[in-house]
Parts: sequence; C-alpha cells; structure tokens
Amino acid sequence: MTETTALKVDGLYKVFGKHAESAVRKLEEGATRDSLDGSPTAAVIDTSFEVQRGEIFVVMGLSGSGKSTLIRMLNGLHEATAGTVEIEGEQVTGATTKLLRDIRRKRMSMVFQHFALLPHRTVLDNVAYGLEIQGMPRAEREAKAREITQVVGLAGWEDKHPSELSGGMQQRVGLARALAADTEVLLMDEAFSALDPLIRREMQEQLLELQATLGKTIVFITHDLNEAMFLGDRIAVMRDGRIVQIGTPEEILTDPANDYVEQFVQDVDRTRVLTAESVMRKPRAVVHPTSGPHGALKTMRDEQLSGVYVVNRNRTLVGWVSDRDCLDLVRKGVKDLKSIVRADHGAVSNDTALSELFIPSLEYSLALGVVDDKNRLVGVIPRVTLLATLGGEPGAAAQAIPDRDPIPTHVVDQALEAAVHSGSIKIEEVN
Amino acid sequence: MGFRLPFGDWVETGKDWIENNLDWLLTLLGDIWNGLYDTANWVFTSPPAIVVIVVLALAAFVFRGWRFGLGTVVGLTFIIGVDQWNNAMDTISLVIVSAFLALLVAIPLGIWATRNKTVSNIVKPIMDFLQTMPAFVYLIPAIAFFGIGVAPGIFATVLFSLAPGVRLTELGIRSVDKEVVEAGQAFGASPRRILRQIQLPLAMPSIMAGVNQVIMLSLSMVVIAGMVGAGGLGGDVARAVSALDIAIGAEAGISVVILAIILDRFTGAFGNKRAKSLMDRLFHRLPGGGDSTDESTDVADTDPNKGEDRATMQGALT
Repeated sequence: MTETTALKVDGLYKVFGKHAESAVRKLEEGATRDSLDGSPTAAVIDTSFEVQRGEIFVVMGLSGSGKSTLIRMLNGLHEATAGTVEIEGEQVTGATTKLLRDIRRKRMSMVFQHFALLPHRTVLDNVAYGLEIQGMPRAEREAKAREITQVVGLAGWEDKHPSELSGGMQQRVGLARALAADTEVLLMDEAFSALDPLIRREMQEQLLELQATLGKTIVFITHDLNEAMFLGDRIAVMRDGRIVQIGTPEEILTDPANDYVEQFVQDVDRTRVLTAESVMRKPRAVVHPTSGPHGALKTMRDEQLSGVYVVNRNRTLVGWVSDRDCLDLVRKGVKDLKSIVRADHGAVSNDTALSELFIPSLEYSLALGVVDDKNRLVGVIPRVTLLATLGGEPGAAAQAIPDRDPIPTHVVDQALEAAVHSGSIKIEEVN
Repeated sequence: MGFRLPFGDWVETGKDWIENNLDWLLTLLGDIWNGLYDTANWVFTSPPAIVVIVVLALAAFVFRGWRFGLGTVVGLTFIIGVDQWNNAMDTISLVIVSAFLALLVAIPLGIWATRNKTVSNIVKPIMDFLQTMPAFVYLIPAIAFFGIGVAPGIFATVLFSLAPGVRLTELGIRSVDKEVVEAGQAFGASPRRILRQIQLPLAMPSIMAGVNQVIMLSLSMVVIAGMVGAGGLGGDVARAVSALDIAIGAEAGISVVILAIILDRFTGAFGNKRAKSLMDRLFHRLPGGGDSTDESTDVADTDPNKGEDRATMQGALT
C-alpha cells in the first residue's frame, strides 16, 4: 500500500445465509452467482480496488448489484465473508469490536440515503454527533459543528429539528455530520438518490465545490450513471455482485468493457462527460503569421476552408483569418497578414465539457479551436463532429460536408493569377 | 378411555417443590411487595382526599389541559360521593406497584429480546401463554405461594400485565429506522450508547403504549384480585357479586371505570410532546421562551400515535 492509497479492498466476498464459506470456495472455483443452490446469497463477489487519497470513487450499479453491501463492508457494518479491507494501512476486516469502533470514529464517516438523522435532536446536535462520540467536550464540538453547518449553507437553522427541514437541507445536515467528524474517508451511500432532481443536481455541485477545498477521499454509491459520471474521478460498475469495469468516466463511456456496460452508458448524457479533448480532431490546416495572405489563401483554397487559425511556430494561438479578408489583401497587394488577423477566435480549453461547446461553436465561424493550458492549438471541433458525437458515431463526421461555403475556387484562382501578373508573388507560389 | 395425562399432577408437584424449597424467596418477595404497597398507599391515603384531588387535577391540567383537569375533579368527587375513596386509593396503590414491577421486568426483557434472537424466540411463546391464560387461573398459584392479601394480588397482576410491556418494547426498538441505528454504528457509537441515544428515544411512543397497556391490564387484574383479598374496589366488586348487591356493584364498578379513564389519559400523555417538553424544561436546560410553544404544536403533528388526543391538546393550547 502506497502513501497515496487511502482505501484498499482485496478479494472481498460477502455471502449471506448458511454455508457461506463453502459458497465462497465454489465462487472462487468459478461458479456463477445463480448456480449457488439453496440458501446462500452472494452479494459481493471477488471485489478488489484501491481508492487514492482525495479521489471521488464512485461505485455504480443497479439495485441488487451488491453496492450497498460493499460500502457497508468498508466500515465493517457488514462483516466480510472473505477478503480484506484496509484503510490507511489499518485492517477493517477481522478488527476487534473496539478497534473497529475506533476506526469508525477517526477514519471514516458515512452519509446515508435517507439521511438517518436523529429526529429528536437539533440540527446542531446532529452535526456534532460524530464529535460527541469521539469524546469532544460540548463547547468545543458545538463551535465546530456551527462552523461546518455554515459551510454547508445551513447557517440560521442550527436550533431546528430535522423534521422542519426540506429533504435537501436534511441531507446537508447528514453531510455536515460526516464532514464534522473530520475523517479522511467519506462513505456516501446513495446520498442524493432520495432527493428530487433539481436539488440533487444542486447537492452534486455543492459536493464538488466542497471537495475542491477539503480534498476528502470519497466513496460514493449510486445507481444513477449520470451522477456517477458527473461526480466520479473513477467509476466502478457493479453487476450481480462483481465489479465489471473500473475506469474514468470517459473510459467507461468510450471503451465499455462489455455489452452490459455499453447498454448502460447508452442513456448517459455524453455531453456532460466527454470533454473537448476527447472529440477534437487535428486542424486540417493552420497558417503562421509570417506566411502572408497568399499562402493563407492558397491553404484555404486547397482545404476548401473559409477561414483558418493563425498560430506561431510553437503552436500558440494568435487568431484567425477569413478567406475574404485574405482575398482583399491579395487584391490590394499587401504582403503582411497581421492587419486581418482576428483575435476573437473563441477557442475553448481542452477539458471543457461537450455541453458547453454548443453555443461557442455557433458563435464562431470556424471549427471551434481547442487549446491546452499553454494556449497551444491542439485541435479543432467542427460542428459536424459535435453532432456526430451526440449521435454516438464520431466517425460519421468524416463524410460530412464542410459547413461554411468558402469562396469559389475560380475566384481565388483569378485573384492569385492577377497577383502573379502584377508581380507581387511568383508563379510557383500559386501552384 | 384409559388415556389420562397427569398434567395437573405434574404442575402440582412443581408447585409443591417451589413451596418447600423456595419458601425464603417467596417470603422475601411478599415482604418487598407489601412494603412497596404500604408506601404507595401511604402517599395516597395519608393526606386528606381534597389534597389528593387537587394535586391530581393540577397534574392533569399540566399534562393535557383544562378539560382533563376538570374531568379528574368531577370523577374523583363522584368516587368520594359514593363512599369508595379509600377503596379507590387502595386500588390505585396496587396498580402503581404492580405496573411498576411489571415494567421493571418487561422493558429490560424487551430490550434483551431485540439483541438476542434466542431470547426473543423463548420470550415470545411465554408471552403468548401469559396473555391467553384465563386471568382467574393466576389466582390459584398466587394463593398457594403467598396466601391471602396484597402479595398474591400483585403476583397475579404482574404476570397478567407483563406481556404487552415486553412486546411493545421489542416491537418499538425493532421498528426504529435501521439506517439511523446504522448511523450510530458508522460513527463508532457503542451499543449501549445507541440504545440510550437512538433506540430508546425513537421507540418511546411504542414503549409508552406498552406502559399504558400494562397499567390498564394491571387495573383490570387488580379488580379480579379482590377475590383473593387484595382489597380495594375489587374487594367490593367481589362482595357485590357473591351477595348479588347491585347497588354496591354499580358504585364500585363505576369507580373502577373512572380510575381507568384517569390512568389511561395520564399514561397516554407520557408519550406526547407537551409532557415531553415539560420534562425537558424541568430536567434539562431551559430553552428560549417562545420556542417551547412552537415545539409542542409541531410535535402534535408529528406524533404518530396519539392522533385522537391532538384535538384536545391543541384545544388546550389555544
């Protein structure tokens, strides 16, 4: 286990019912879950993964996939039938009752699907619950709980009872209770599933915001793939007690491990998961500021483009030029491109979500430029590519017709020839 | 028909064995119960009747409101009017001691049953047995063990009223939201702490319903125990039955009903928020002034058990 690993799960099994051990042996020998006859029910089968510090690790699966059992084994609420769970180097599996209680107090806290607040206690006392169990004196824990209550946006509600709060607010109390305990690992069991969609989205965003400052290690259970994709740094997809794939949201989406995952991701809102980087293609052509209007015009003619990006030798983006402006310059005999380079290129950064590309791609006449963190042009996204990606077949864009009509070739040719005649460029440059 | 199971003989042998070998225990129990009864009885009979009525009426007013307070005064005055005051106080003392002893056994037993499947499996049929046995049958071992008087009455009453206390405690704790209990565990609370801070408070409405049932069953059994000389209203009822004296029967009978109503309303109030916030104010920090009224109305809405009391309660509040 390395320094950066917060949680390590190895070969974990959970079988309910009689003859659990022999069922594990059968499963190890390759038996399927359904082939176990009689009473034992295998909820979790041969599960292994590691969660890094500061990571949001999402376990995604439908009901009955064993994900709730899995998360309860992480903090020992369910005892493992076989396998090990290690948190920051400490064994959860096989720990004595006392050690286990200690681990739960100091190492991990949990947020529950139906909030699981103590209805007879005020918001403040609920938030302070974990601290109370840790043995913190009243004044100290109340001060800390007050602080956390503010962080989650419940200032002013400290003395209310949970029943006086809306669902979203109740779950904020649940979240605050877990955060107040100040443990490295946060287990979230379908934490937002009981909330209505608008509130759910709000809570997801708040969680990401909090996570940006707190940097907790979060294991998040959900049945909602969109939620998994939105929150997860990595996602484990579970089916029938087994993990069928672990990967980043993009990997799951673009490279599903099997038909099951593929079927699953069909309904995902791709535009929120995929980034500009994953759909961009190589720019068909770029020009350098030094290449002059003739060169630029020729490039555009050859590639049937109405505009082209201008980049420096080190590929940093300068702007773009349109074919009509170039044509004017050529006609006027100006040799420097600088006067017509437009800076309003509207390029987006490479980690922008697809959903945020649609409006920019409408607003700018060129294929949308994509730049990396050093402002280098790394790719472009033509509108057809966006559409094709939405349709699930990015390749279809290749056959699409270019989007904006460039100047007809013969007009360009005429202009270039005229330029040759007037002596401003040489004949070789045109062909 | 040569088949005859000597079951009765077996039971009698068992009874004889207890009498011969556990005599010291029976004597001890009898002494303790008599002592408890005398104490309770002293509390109710040594002050003048008017004092007892005023105190009870005040308590009734505080716990539930002016209607109940008024009802208490009227009811108790009727009892004085039909010359059953002393009997009624004897009966109440018996009920209080019996119910107290029954709950002393029932609540821990109910808790234990939620933690241990075996205990639960053993307790369940025993409770079925105790509850379905005809009430009069309890009087036979009671007399055999304790002779005539208060002690056998208490013995029979405790046995008879035990079951709902155990059952409703177990049911209440078992039906506490599993996730909330898990929350306690997940934050590292000890089982004792979970019981004290989560299970018992959340099971309180059910446990209080159990307390109410135990008290009501105690009252009905205490009246029957009049037949073994436990005294009180039951004694007069038993005499009225044997002498076919409808006048005494009616007076004692109605007095029992009045006591029953008062006891029921009192114990029904234990679970409600008005009583709870009252207790809070008495025993814990004093919350802000406006806060407590808020809370009591609010709780009336959320209290699942006592729907029928809500109107009275809110009437009393406004």
